[in-house]
Amino acid sequence: MKAPSRWPTYALLLALLLAVVASFRFLGIDLGSLLSGDSLQQMGQYAAGFMRPDFSPGHLKAITQGTLETLAMSAMGTLLAALLGLALALPAAGRFGALALHLTRLILNALRAIPELVWAALMVLAAGLGPNAGTLALALHTAGVLGRLFAEALENAPNEPAEAIRLSGGSAVAAFCYGTLPTVWPQLLAYSLYRWENNIRMASVLGFVGAGGLGQMLYVALSLFQEAQAATVILAMLLLVLAVDALSGWARQRWVSH
Amino acid sequence: MLSPARHDPAALPRLLLSLLALLLLWPGLQLSELNPAVLLEPNNAANMGGFLADFWPPAHDREFLSLLGRATLETLAIATAGMALALLIALPAALLASRALSLSAVHRGGRPAWWARLARWPVRSLLIVLRSVPEIVWALLFVRAVGLGPTAGVLAIAITYAGMLGKVYGEIFESQDPRPGHALMVAGSGRLQAFAYGILPSASAEMLSYKVYRWECAIRASVVMGFVGAGGLGQQIDLSMRMFAGGEVASMLLTFLALVLLADQISRLLRTRLL
Repeated sequence: MKAPSRWPTYALLLALLLAVVASFRFLGIDLGSLLSGDSLQQMGQYAAGFMRPDFSPGHLKAITQGTLETLAMSAMGTLLAALLGLALALPAAGRFGALALHLTRLILNALRAIPELVWAALMVLAAGLGPNAGTLALALHTAGVLGRLFAEALENAPNEPAEAIRLSGGSAVAAFCYGTLPTVWPQLLAYSLYRWENNIRMASVLGFVGAGGLGQMLYVALSLFQEAQAATVILAMLLLVLAVDALSGWARQRWVSH
Repeated sequence: MLSPARHDPAALPRLLLSLLALLLLWPGLQLSELNPAVLLEPNNAANMGGFLADFWPPAHDREFLSLLGRATLETLAIATAGMALALLIALPAALLASRALSLSAVHRGGRPAWWARLARWPVRSLLIVLRSVPEIVWALLFVRAVGLGPTAGVLAIAITYAGMLGKVYGEIFESQDPRPGHALMVAGSGRLQAFAYGILPSASAEMLSYKVYRWECAIRASVVMGFVGAGGLGQQIDLSMRMFAGGEVASMLLTFLALVLLADQISRLLRTRLL
C-alpha cells in the first residue's frame, strides 16, 4: 500500500508560514526597531515605575473596596444569569412547543456569542458608568451560557418522576418543582459555580470600559500615569486570580473527583 | 396509616434557607449597585431604543465595508503574529521548565535532584505570572508603552499565550514516553538533540493541536483587546459605539460572529489535515 501523499501537508505548512510573514508585513510591525536600544530603554523606564508598588494604607483600603466590588459584581451577575438562564432554559428545552424552542435558542446563542466586554460597553451606554453596568453585562452573557447548559440538563433529566406527579393529579409547577428540579439541581449548581469562577476573572477587567471594580481602578491609575498605584492593583488582580484558581482546584478535588 | 401531606413538608426549612441566602446577598447587592430598572428610565430607554433601532439595516456602504475588511484582516493578523511570537517565547521556556530533559532525572526514575527542581522554579513562576494577568491588562499596559494600535495587541497576545503554551508544552513533553530521550542522553547526545529526536516526534501532534486551539482563542481575545485601543475589529466597535452608530455596530458584530465561525472551521481543517 502506498503511503498517503505528504504534499498537501507540506503545502499547508508553507501556507501557515506565509500567513505569519504576511501578518507581520500587514501590521507593519518592525521587530528590529521595537527591540532597539532606544525603545527598550523607554520600555525599561516604564516598567521600572511598576517595581515600587504603592502599599500605603489608604490605597490598600481602596483596593479592598475594589476587590469586594469585583466579587459582588461577579456573584450578583452570576445569580441573575442563573435565574434568567433557567427562565430561558425551560422553553429552550422544548417545554412550550417548537416555536418557543427555536426562538429561545436563538436568543441564547445571541447572548452567548457577544463577549462580556462588548456587553459591558453597551451597558455603560445604556445604564451609565459603575458596577451596575458590569453586573448587567455579566448577567447577560452568562445567561446565554447557563441557559444552554441548563436546557441540556433539563433535556437529559429523566421525566418519569414528573410524569408520576402529573398522573396523580399534581399541577405542572408541582411536577417541575418536585419531579424534575431535584434531579437536575446538583448539575445546575455546579454549572453556576463554574461560571462564577470565570466571572470573577472577567469582572476584574470589565472596568476598562467603565463598568466598575478593580479594572476601573487600574484604568484610572494608568490614565493618570500613577504606575505605583497601578502596580498594586495588578498585584491584587493576580492574587485574586490565583486564589480563585487554588480554591476551585481544591473544591473540585474535595467534592467532584472521588 | 399514612395521611398525605397537603403541603411540602420541607417547606419551612427551605423558606428559612432562602431567607438566610437573601440576607447574605444583601451586602453584595449594595456593593454591585445592581439596579436593572435604570435601563427602563425614559431617558436611557429612549437613547438605547434609538441606538438599537439603528441596528437594522446594518451599515453596508462601500467606504465602511472597506474599513470593516481592513479591521477584520488586522484582527486575524494580530492573532497570527501574536501566536507566532508566543511560540518563539514558549518553546525555550517550556524546555527550561520541563522535567523531561533533566539529566539528573535519568537515573532517578524521572525525578530530578532537588537543586534541579529549584532551578526550574524561576521560569515556572514567570510563566504563571504571564498567563495569570489577564490578556487585556497586558494590552492596556502595552498601549501605554508603545502607543495605540495593533503592536500592543500583538505583544499582549504574545505574552499571555506564551505563558499558557509554555506551561502546556512543558506538560506535554513530560507526558511523552521518556525512554527515547533518556536513551539518547545516556548515549551521550546533547539535550537539544535528545529533545529533537527523542521527544518532539511523539509530542508534535499534541503541540500543534493545542496551538491551533489557542489561535482560535487569540482571535476572540484580539477583538476584545481592541476595546482598550489595541487595534483590530474591537477598536472599531468601540469607536462606533461611542458615536452611537447602531448600523455600524450591527455589521461589525455580525462580522465578529462570522470570524469566530470561520476560525472554528479553519482550526478544524488544520487539525484534520496536519494530524
